[in-house]
Amino acid sequence: MLDPKDIEAIRAEARHYEDPKAVGVDAMKLAQKRQGWIDDDTLHQLAELLGMSATELEGLATFYNLIYRQPVGRHVIHVCDSVSCWVCDYDALREALKRRLGIDFGETTKDGRFTLLPIVCLGACDRAPTLLVDGDLHGPVTDADGIDQILQRYE
Amino acid sequence: METPLTQNIRPDREPLDLTGYERAGGYQALRKALTDLSPQQVMDEVSASNLRGRGGAGFPTGKKWSFVPRGEDAPARKYLVVNADEMEPGTFKDRLLLEGDPHQMIEAMIVSAYAIGADTGYLFMRGEYTLAEQRLQRAIDEAREKGYLGANILDSGFSLEIYVHTSAGRYLCGEETALLNALEGKRAIPRHKPPFPQVSGLWGRPTVVNNVETLCNVQHIINCGADWFKRLAATEGGGGTKLYGASGRVRNPGCWELPLGTPLRAIIEEHAGGLLDGYHFRSCLPGGASTGFLTAEHLDLAMDYEAIGAAGSRLGTGCVTVIDDRVCMVALMHNLEHFFAQESCGWCTPCRDGLPWTKRLLGAIEAGKGEPRDLELLEMHCQFLGPGKTFCAHAPGAMMPLETALMHFREDFERHIEEQRCPWRDAAGRSAA
Repeated sequence: MLDPKDIEAIRAEARHYEDPKAVGVDAMKLAQKRQGWIDDDTLHQLAELLGMSATELEGLATFYNLIYRQPVGRHVIHVCDSVSCWVCDYDALREALKRRLGIDFGETTKDGRFTLLPIVCLGACDRAPTLLVDGDLHGPVTDADGIDQILQRYE
Repeated sequence: METPLTQNIRPDREPLDLTGYERAGGYQALRKALTDLSPQQVMDEVSASNLRGRGGAGFPTGKKWSFVPRGEDAPARKYLVVNADEMEPGTFKDRLLLEGDPHQMIEAMIVSAYAIGADTGYLFMRGEYTLAEQRLQRAIDEAREKGYLGANILDSGFSLEIYVHTSAGRYLCGEETALLNALEGKRAIPRHKPPFPQVSGLWGRPTVVNNVETLCNVQHIINCGADWFKRLAATEGGGGTKLYGASGRVRNPGCWELPLGTPLRAIIEEHAGGLLDGYHFRSCLPGGASTGFLTAEHLDLAMDYEAIGAAGSRLGTGCVTVIDDRVCMVALMHNLEHFFAQESCGWCTPCRDGLPWTKRLLGAIEAGKGEPRDLELLEMHCQFLGPGKTFCAHAPGAMMPLETALMHFREDFERHIEEQRCPWRDAAGRSAA
């Protein structure tokens, strides 16, 4: 369910555009910040708020990398798999993360703490290999100790 | 050596606030443009400067602006959109400008919006750039409070509002018409051109879409003049400095502002400090995943639009991904085509179906299951997904590295097929590196 504060924020944001539909992605990001992911009820509510069909908004939700239509953990880890990180031993980072968390891409740890996802180039290739946790950039992440130091910051 | 774009950026990237930026000479171009110059004079100065797009395509900026309808009959409402959706793999230059000097970006937008007559500007930024978003929003708030944004700026009669629009991650948003669809709240699918955005863009209104780095040059051109700007370049016919980057297994990966046309060798060997011990240069992507591979024979080329274009590649974003001798080129190509296949918007058939096919072929060759015929199939794709065969530049961009990889490193592909294994990996499947 949408929070009244979010509804107000979405309405305010919509005034920056000729058409309120422009805030579709923003609205989903806002709702997601509070509840982690976009469930069907929220999708329908948002669509009504913005004057678009739920199908249209679903088209947006499924198109963009950072909108989740499934539950995620309390923290989402995005690992860059693009070329510069790949050259700088992305394979090793990916395997170390999977081992440490005991999950594969697209999965969430049993305690609901972390979800692991791949992401395209994070625009920080000078710090390769990189990853993002809840929007915070980390890199270079080169060994298991480095991974542990980062993960312990996110309970 | 002058470095106008990065002169205010500290090593820790902590940005100047409005007062600090003004003290460093900031917002002088805004005053000059709005009080002394007509929009046409601003546009003429930019046209005369040889400034070309820094986002990858390299289109002359003044020319791009000149297609915006002007005069009494022109639509009253126009838009300026900054493409801050930096997502070209291997590229990390716009992040530096956005995080390191947000007021420079805002001033660039105000002066440019004045030139084209836009009353609203949107900064279309990728969702992952959270720090840049905060800093730009703070800069906008400061500028509005000071009267540099809003109604009747500096009593000039010119009004402008700027909004930050953060996206949710999709490479195609970097294509300017797909970006406009995304900004309107649609899937980021490219539009047919013509009409060009300058005539019919955001909600059908005249719209200019420019890259971050491109626009950040504008106020310096207004402050110091087109002739000064042309002299900044290292090569004849160029204009300005360029943010060059280097990543991969180099000693000192980073991003530097250097004269446009600085030799590739200087970027890799001097600024990036050469390769790490035990690694040797084999190839590089000069400006992102959608540019063609260059080899050691190209190291003395000037990194400008003409020289890199003549070598069968593109300057692209100018951020170089260095590829060392322990990297398997087939595996690297597989990584690149995985990216392009995943990021295809699915709108046109050759791209939607062709890119996953190339990815599968490359995956099979890498895994030691390739057939000689696969190389012909890859070459066929280079042709059928090439320029003019698809709806936008996404698939041609994906084919440029593939075509040049097949040209420069064909032997690597053939060895995988002949030996039915990856010669760069040992029997246990580990990379030889």
